Amino acid sequence: MSTNTKGIKIGQQDPTWVRFLVISISIAFVALMLVLPLGVVFWEAFRKGVSAYLDSFQDRNAIRAIYMTCLAAGIAVPLNLVFGIAASWAIAKFNFRGKSLLIALIDLPFAISPVISGLVYILVFGMQGWLGKWLEGYGIQVIFAVPGIVLATIFVTFPFVARELIPLMQEQGSEEEWAAISLGANGWQTFWRVTLPNIKWGVLYGVLLCNARAMGEFGAVSVVSSNIRGGTNTLPLHIDALYNDYNSVAAFAMASILALLGVITLIGKTLLERKLQQETSSSLESSTTEESK
Amino acid sequence: MMKKRSTVSLPGFRITMGYTLLYLSLIVLIPLAALFLKAATMDGAEFYATITSKRVLAAYRLTFGASFIAACINTVFGAVVAWSIVRYRFAGRQLLDAIIDLPFAMPTAVSGIALMAIYGPNGLIGKHLLPYGIKTAISPLGIVIALTFIGLPFVVRTLQPALEELDGEAEQAAASLGASRWQTFWRIIVPSLLPSLLTGFTLAFARALGEYGSVVFVAGNLPMKTEIASLLIISKLDDADVPGASAIAAVMLVATLLILLSVQGIQWWSQRRTGRA
Amino acid sequence: MSIEIKNISKSFGSFSALNNISLKIENGELISLLGPSGSGKTTLLRVIAGMESPDPNPDSHVLFFGEDVANKPVGDRKVGFVFQHYALFKHMSVFENIAFGLRVRPRSQRPSENAIRDKVHSLLSLIQLEGFGSRFPKQLSGGQRQRVALARALAIEPQVLLLDEPFGALDAKVRKGLRDWLRGLHDELNTTTILVTHDQEEALEVSDRVVVMNQAKIEQVGAPADVFHHPASEFVIDFLGNVNVFHGRINQGQAVLDTIRVGLSDPNVPDGEQANVYVRPNDMSIARNSMSQASMAAKVTRINRAGVQAKINLILDNQEEIRVDITMEQLLELDLQLDDAVFVHPNKARVFVPDYTI
Repeated sequence: MSTNTKGIKIGQQDPTWVRFLVISISIAFVALMLVLPLGVVFWEAFRKGVSAYLDSFQDRNAIRAIYMTCLAAGIAVPLNLVFGIAASWAIAKFNFRGKSLLIALIDLPFAISPVISGLVYILVFGMQGWLGKWLEGYGIQVIFAVPGIVLATIFVTFPFVARELIPLMQEQGSEEEWAAISLGANGWQTFWRVTLPNIKWGVLYGVLLCNARAMGEFGAVSVVSSNIRGGTNTLPLHIDALYNDYNSVAAFAMASILALLGVITLIGKTLLERKLQQETSSSLESSTTEESK
Repeated sequence: MMKKRSTVSLPGFRITMGYTLLYLSLIVLIPLAALFLKAATMDGAEFYATITSKRVLAAYRLTFGASFIAACINTVFGAVVAWSIVRYRFAGRQLLDAIIDLPFAMPTAVSGIALMAIYGPNGLIGKHLLPYGIKTAISPLGIVIALTFIGLPFVVRTLQPALEELDGEAEQAAASLGASRWQTFWRIIVPSLLPSLLTGFTLAFARALGEYGSVVFVAGNLPMKTEIASLLIISKLDDADVPGASAIAAVMLVATLLILLSVQGIQWWSQRRTGRA
Repeated sequence: MSIEIKNISKSFGSFSALNNISLKIENGELISLLGPSGSGKTTLLRVIAGMESPDPNPDSHVLFFGEDVANKPVGDRKVGFVFQHYALFKHMSVFENIAFGLRVRPRSQRPSENAIRDKVHSLLSLIQLEGFGSRFPKQLSGGQRQRVALARALAIEPQVLLLDEPFGALDAKVRKGLRDWLRGLHDELNTTTILVTHDQEEALEVSDRVVVMNQAKIEQVGAPADVFHHPASEFVIDFLGNVNVFHGRINQGQAVLDTIRVGLSDPNVPDGEQANVYVRPNDMSIARNSMSQASMAAKVTRINRAGVQAKINLILDNQEEIRVDITMEQLLELDLQLDDAVFVHPNKARVFVPDYTI
């Protein structure tokens, strides 16, 4: 019997022709469905040459779109990070009723269509909505303005950090935290010095995914944004606008930035997954008995 | 303060729980409540008329139908891919494993225009198929292709842990009792993977239902023909028909929640079957 | 520092972990809480530490040097807690682990970095791990980690050391070595120490006093020799060391086993009551003839010469199996072989009558 990466024994070896066929199908399918689209983005972006590619970035609207995207992500990610840490501390270190319900609620934005995610904010903050008129009196506009974009981004990226940290912290248990408390540390010291170093890879992982989604979100921001160029367009919205103008090269040029971000996210994700696996397997080792004194 | 508590716990519960609930309510619960309240306060007849209008029904049919087909395709091919990654060793295996998550990492708009560039009438593949009458864009077929792209990681990532957990012993036992490889596969392996397959299918299905960005470019958005529900919602909003949009959205949301509940149900059922968590 | 526990109970849901426990621990002693799993010993330790709160009751008290600590959180009680699985801070070096308790003190009470460094180094010498300061927990063996956990607890100069099955996860040989080392350390530092263990050999060897616990109650408290030779209950005598038990009846103020009569300290026990007669293996003799003493017929089923004493397994006429330990010289004298028919006779016995205390 051979073993796979986790040392688990594989029962029987399939006949060679089966293996060949299955592997070929897998590679062909993935290449067609996933790799091809990725490659096309860059191919189309550079179709008219490098200078045309670079020109797309000179456009003021493009720069504004990049700025909006970074702004939305820059606000949404830290806020969701703090939330994720708070929620996973509450869930992992304490016992209380309704824990599964809370976890299910946190997962909710994952399941909801992005368009609906945007719609709900219109219902609250739009002109016909609950708070829309009231806020207008203060000169605050949410929908079709920056706050709306930020809120929609927060909604759709809400669960990422928490989803990653909750199982991680649950697995790590609370013994180290109790040890710190018994030695005289207060809550903050315990969190900063003991808990945070233990979860740092999980935090990075969650932030990475959260950021990727925040920068790439399309449906939700499409709903709450005015789609006016140079106004509240994020990069994905700008791409949409360019595409609809048949400005294919510029659209793909912008897309290539996000595609690059996607690839970097993928690489970071893979590396961090490996780190996380290392951490959990080394902490399993520490509870086995040892030989020498 | 002479208060005697009957449990001692780590510090920070109140502040973390409080912040969690506050944030959750503000960002998620209250806005969602707005949707249900809006739908509930709509005039019953108007609500019914909206969600049963021809255009809306066509959108539902298209969305549910295409999502279902895409999820089926993903289940079959996703299983094949997951099997390769877990059970076989070949050059590029780890790369394959890493690429699976591309639809997760890629912004939907980027996927959308990329898919159009491939399957559109002038696209890499599209233009070769058009003469044969196969329209891979601005057609339901194009929608299915886009939704397959989006849903692929769900099936693979759900199956992988289940495949890794299979121990070889059951298969070896079957072989020693005279079963052929094929029999072992169908009678031993597939039944134990069934829950994960169902879960993966359901997740892919739920995700496809709500998908917007990657589909909306390829679809062409012809009302009654290639208009998906999400797009219909946006159209209604553009027409300043907020109640109409809310009605459609409420139906979609309920459908999604039901599907998610069924995922929980599948997991509960499989735990009961195998007696294992 | 002396500790007094009065009327402490603790239940988790319907499970009672501690049932009205009272105990006084003297300043500077090394006392063990000994018992099987579920006896409540770890719960009692955690109540003392402040990591569990006893069930509310106006008569419940935990007193450190006479002061009620009920409202003092664990961080304020100055206890040095050593966890069963060490709970070392994975991402800190050995030095940082030991220094932790000093570094988290509020500014006003925090020693200078130099003072901290000196303290940590002196502790590293004490636990015989000089030079290990920059290593990380995953680079250490189990025994080394345990010593670091101890040093970390000692760094805050605790009033009491609380050890929760500290050697449970270690190999037998390492465990014995650390046990002796701990005793030596205690003699040097004289910190009041409470040790939780399920290993009776460990408790008997290392403690000044032993608290035998069973099912949320204290069975007996005493010096190791006392609890071993003068057990207060059937549980204690059965839990500590090997023991044979015979079932007989009371007749005229004596426990009767076949021809053997054992006197009772309380002659008023009614006739006919069941009597459980406990005899340790080395409190029995083997003879070839019944002689004049009352004895029981038995057949030798196993002779085990591996050890300081010879361990003989025998089976009685009524199919009960017993074990007798004799010296190697006695074994030679008797020239015992398997299946020999011999006679056994208890030299010392302890009788317990269920439902009576004698």
